[in-house]
Amino acid sequence: MAFDEMNGTGGEIRSPYAKAAQWLANASPDLLKTRSRQAELFFRRMGITFAVYGDTESNERLIPFDLIPRIVSGAEWNGLEVGLTQRINAINAFLKDIYGPQEILKAGIIPPELILTNQAYRPEMQGQRPPRDIWVQIAGVDLVRTGEDEFHVLEDNVRTPSGVSYMLENREMMMRLFPELFADHSVRPVETYPDTLLASLKACAPEDAGGNPTIVVLTPGPFNSAYYEHSFLADKLGAELVEGSDLFVDDNYVYMRTTQGRRRVDVIYRRVDDEFLDPLTFRSDSALGVPGLMAAYTAGNVTLANAVGTGVADDKAVYTYIPDIIRFYTGEEPILKNVPTWRCREADDLKYVLEHLDELVVKEVGGSGGYGMLIGPAATKAEIEAFRAKLTAAPEEFIAQPTLALSTAPTLSDGKLVQRHIDLRPFVLSSPNGCSIAPGGLTRVALKEGSLVVNSSQGGGTKDTWVLED
Amino acid sequence: MLSRTADSLYWAGRYIERADYLARILEATLRLAAIPTKQGTESSIWAASLATSGCPLLPNSDLTDPQDIRDYLAFSPDNPSSIHCCLTMARTNARSVRTALTVELWETINGAWNRLQELDMPLRGDELLEFLQWVKGVTLGVEGATSRTMLRNDAYWFLRLGAAVERADNTARLLDVKYHLLLPEGERVGGQFDYFQWTTLLREVSALTAYRWVYRDDVKPWHVADLMILNRQMPRSLASCQATIVRYLDRLAADYDNRGPAQRLASAQMKHFEGAKMDTIFQSGLHEYIQSYLAENRRLGEAIHQQYLS
Amino acid sequence: MLIRVEHTTTYRYARPPRAITQILRMSPMQTDGQHIRRWSVEPDFDARIHQGTDAFGNITHTLYVDNPPHELSLLVTGEVETTDTAGALGQIPERLSPLVYLRDTALTAADPAIRDLAEQHAAGPALNRLHALMGDIAGRMRFRIGATTVHNSAAEALSLGEGVCQDYAHLFIATARCMGFPARYVSGHLFREDGMNLQDASHAWAEAYVEDIGWIGFDAANGICPTDRYIRIATGLDYLGVAPVRGSSFGGQNETMTVHIDVKDMRASSQQQQQ
Repeated sequence: MAFDEMNGTGGEIRSPYAKAAQWLANASPDLLKTRSRQAELFFRRMGITFAVYGDTESNERLIPFDLIPRIVSGAEWNGLEVGLTQRINAINAFLKDIYGPQEILKAGIIPPELILTNQAYRPEMQGQRPPRDIWVQIAGVDLVRTGEDEFHVLEDNVRTPSGVSYMLENREMMMRLFPELFADHSVRPVETYPDTLLASLKACAPEDAGGNPTIVVLTPGPFNSAYYEHSFLADKLGAELVEGSDLFVDDNYVYMRTTQGRRRVDVIYRRVDDEFLDPLTFRSDSALGVPGLMAAYTAGNVTLANAVGTGVADDKAVYTYIPDIIRFYTGEEPILKNVPTWRCREADDLKYVLEHLDELVVKEVGGSGGYGMLIGPAATKAEIEAFRAKLTAAPEEFIAQPTLALSTAPTLSDGKLVQRHIDLRPFVLSSPNGCSIAPGGLTRVALKEGSLVVNSSQGGGTKDTWVLED
Repeated sequence: MLSRTADSLYWAGRYIERADYLARILEATLRLAAIPTKQGTESSIWAASLATSGCPLLPNSDLTDPQDIRDYLAFSPDNPSSIHCCLTMARTNARSVRTALTVELWETINGAWNRLQELDMPLRGDELLEFLQWVKGVTLGVEGATSRTMLRNDAYWFLRLGAAVERADNTARLLDVKYHLLLPEGERVGGQFDYFQWTTLLREVSALTAYRWVYRDDVKPWHVADLMILNRQMPRSLASCQATIVRYLDRLAADYDNRGPAQRLASAQMKHFEGAKMDTIFQSGLHEYIQSYLAENRRLGEAIHQQYLS
Repeated sequence: MLIRVEHTTTYRYARPPRAITQILRMSPMQTDGQHIRRWSVEPDFDARIHQGTDAFGNITHTLYVDNPPHELSLLVTGEVETTDTAGALGQIPERLSPLVYLRDTALTAADPAIRDLAEQHAAGPALNRLHALMGDIAGRMRFRIGATTVHNSAAEALSLGEGVCQDYAHLFIATARCMGFPARYVSGHLFREDGMNLQDASHAWAEAYVEDIGWIGFDAANGICPTDRYIRIATGLDYLGVAPVRGSSFGGQNETMTVHIDVKDMRASSQQQQQ
C-alpha cells in the first residue's frame, strides 16, 4: 500500500495533519460540497482555464480543484529546499559547461553523442553566455514521494514550466473559503512569489539595462493552453504581456511597439519554446517569435528566461545522469534521489525492460504531459505488444522506470474522503543572488481511483500545498 | 500601452459602431421596402441598402434577392461587416484587452456575444426587427458603460477614437450613395417617393426629429445635406464627427506629450468645415466633396494606424 | 585559381515594408584551399550592419533597414585565390564537435529508403564508402531544375529521383549520417568550365567527417570532390542553416527577389585581354 500523507503507513495521523484531520472529522459533508461548488464557480468566472490539445468539444476546461490541502511539515520542506537548490545549481553549472568547455563530456561522465545529437541541445548556443550566466531562472521540479523519507525527482522541468498560477490561485481560494483553518495553522506564505520572480528576473537583466529594466512576458497567444497563466503572471509582475509581433529587433536590441513609440525590452520571460523564438534562426515558419531575437540575445543585449537550449538538461535521457552531474559540479552526493531508470539505449537495460514491460512505466525521451507513455501494470496485452514494437524499433527514444507507489493524500470525491495519488511541483527561481523557492508548489492529484497519472490534460486535479512553520 | 492593445481597443470601438449603423440601415430599408411605389421595386431598394452598407461583396456573388441581402447584412458569416461578424469581432478585440476594460464594459460586450450565440439565425419578420432594436440597445449599453465606468486614459481615447472614425465613415458613405437625392436641381423634387427617401435617410440616422427642430421646415434636400455635413449640433454630421476625432486625438497628444501626423492631418481636415457653406459645396460638386472626405478619412485612419497602432 | 565573384540580390516591393531584418551568410572563411584576397558586402541602401560569427563558424552580417525604397540591391563581390586540396578542408577552427553533425533536421531526416541506401555502403574503408555513396547518388538522381523547391527534404528528393544541387547535398548528408559519418551542408560558388559564368543561384554540396582525416567535401550533383573551382561560403546542418539570406520584413507587400551571380576565372580573363 502506498504511503499516505495523512495516515503514513500505519493509520496513525502524521503530525503535520494533526489539526487538519480533526477539522476534517468535524466538517459536514454538506459544507464541503458547498465550498467545492463555490470554488468551481469562482474559477469559472475568473476564466482560470487551460486548453486541451486535440479536444474539439470544448477547448477551455477547468482544472478540478480539491479542497483538502496537502500539508508538508517545515522540517520536510527544509530538506526538499536544500535538495532542490543543490540540483538546480548543478543544472545551471551543467548548462554553462555544455555550452562552454564541455568538461563533463571530456571527463567521460556522459556520452558526448547523447548531448550533441540531442534535439534539445542548441548548437546555436555553443560558446554563448547568457547575461549574468544564469541559464535556468525558473524551474518546476516534479517530486514524488514513496515513503516517510523517500522523495524522488521525477522530472526537472527547466524549459518553460507552468502551473505556478495554480499555486497562487489555489492558496487564494483556500484563504477565501476556509479562513478559520489558516488561523489554526501557521502556513508559510507563497504570495511573495511574484515579487521574488520580479526581483530575480531584474537581477538577470543585461549589464547595460540600468537600474529599472523593462520586463515582458512573451506568450504564444490566447490559443495556448497556458494563456491564462501567462496573463496572470504578467499582471502580477506589472509587466506587459506581449506576443511575438509586439516585439522587434533593431541594431541588436529588442524593442516593443507601443503607442508612444518603441521601448527597449531588457528581460523576456518567455513562454514560447526555443524553436519558435526566432524565425531567422530556428523554425522559419514560426509566427510566434521575433525575427532577429537570437542576434540580440547572443550580443548580450537581452535576457531570455529561461535561456535558449536548457532543454538538454531536462531531457529524459539526460535525467538519468543528473546524480552524476550533481557530483561532478558540486562534489557533493545528491540530496534528492532520482527514480531508478533504465536507459533503453543501453543493450542490457533494454533487455531487462523488454522482459518486464508489464511492470514498468516506459516513457518517450522527448515526450511530455503524460502522452506517449506505457504504464505496464495498467496496460492490456495488446497495448504492451504494440509498445514493444515501438520500443524495439527505436530503443534510444525511451527510458523505463519502475511503477512507483506515489503517496496518496485525502481527497474529496462526491463529498466523501478518499485517498488519491499525488505529486508535487515546487518552483525554483535562480538569479546571481542565489536560489529561492516559494514554500509550497503545485500539488497535482490523480482524481481517478488508483490512477497514477496526475497530468491536468489527463484528468488530474490540483490542491493547495501547505508548508507549515514548525 | 502596447500598440496591439491600442489597436484592439480602436477596432472594438469601430466594430460596435458599425454594427449599430448596419442595424439602422436594415431597419430603415425594411420600412422603405414596405411602402408600395411605382419607381422603386423592393429589390432595387434592397440593392441600394446593400451599397449604403459598404459591405464588401464576395467575388461572383449575385445578391439580388431581398431576403438574401437581409441575411447577408445581418447574419452572414461570409460578410466580415455583417452585424453578426461586427459583434463577434468587437468581442474578440475586447477579449484580447480584457484587463484594459472595466468589468461593466466587458460584460456588456461579452453578454451581447453570448446572446448572439443563442439566437437561431437567420431571423425573419418581427424577430428580425426585434433583433435590430436589440443591436441598437447593445451599442447604447456599450456607450453607457464606456462613458460611465472607463478611466479617462489612453484606453478610453482609443476606444472612442475608433467609434468616431467609423461613424464619420458611415455618414459619408450614406451620403455618397444618396447624394443625387440631395442635389438642389434634383428632378421631381417634392415627389412622394423622394419624400420617403429623405425621411428614411434621416430616420436611418435618428435625425428626423432633429431636422424639424433645426430647420422648422418640411423635408428639403439641401437642408438634409446641411444637417448631415455641416451642422455641429448633429452628432452624426461629418463636422461633428471630425471635431470629435480631433478632440480625442488632442487628448492622446496631451497624455503622451507628443503631437504627430495623425493630429496634424485631423486638424487640417477640420479646417475644411470652418466657415464652409452648403452653397459652395454644391457648386464645387457634392459627390466630389463626399468622395474627397472619404479619402481623407481613410488617410487619417492610416495615419492613426502608423502613429499608434503598429 | 583566382576566382572573382559578383553576387547581386535585388528586392522589389509593390509597397515597401517599414523595416527589414536580414541575416546574411554570404562571406567565405579562410581555409587551406581558399585565400580570401578581397571580399565585400555592399548594400545600395541605408542599413545598419553587425558582423559576427555564428556557432557553425560562418561569417554573418545582420542588417537592419528602416523605410527601405521600392527596390534595393545587395552586392557581394570578392576575389579568392583557390588551390585544389582534393576536397579536404584541412585545419580550421571549429566551435562545434563533429558529433553535432550527426543530428537530424527536418530536411535531412532519414526514411527507410535512405536507411536502405546507407546499408548498401556499410562495408569498406571510410573514404571508399563515401566516394561510393557520392557516385551512387549521382547515378540515381537526375538533375532537373524545378523538380523540387527549397522546402523539399532529402527523403522526398530520393523518392522523386530528381532535384537540384540542394537535394543532392541533403541526400548525401542524410545517408552519410545514417552510415555514422558526421555530415554537413555547404553553400558556395562554382566556377564553371563550360563558360556559364552567369548563374541565378549559389551552388551547394556536402562535407563529411572522417576520423583522422577531418572534413572532406563531396559534390554529388557533379560526382566529384570540390576542386580549386569551388569557393566555400557557409556550412550548417542543412540548407536552412546556411541560406545566404534569412530575412523578415514588417509591413509591405509583394516582395520579389532576383539573384545574379557572376563567377569568373580572373587569370583566364586577363590572359584573354592580353591576347
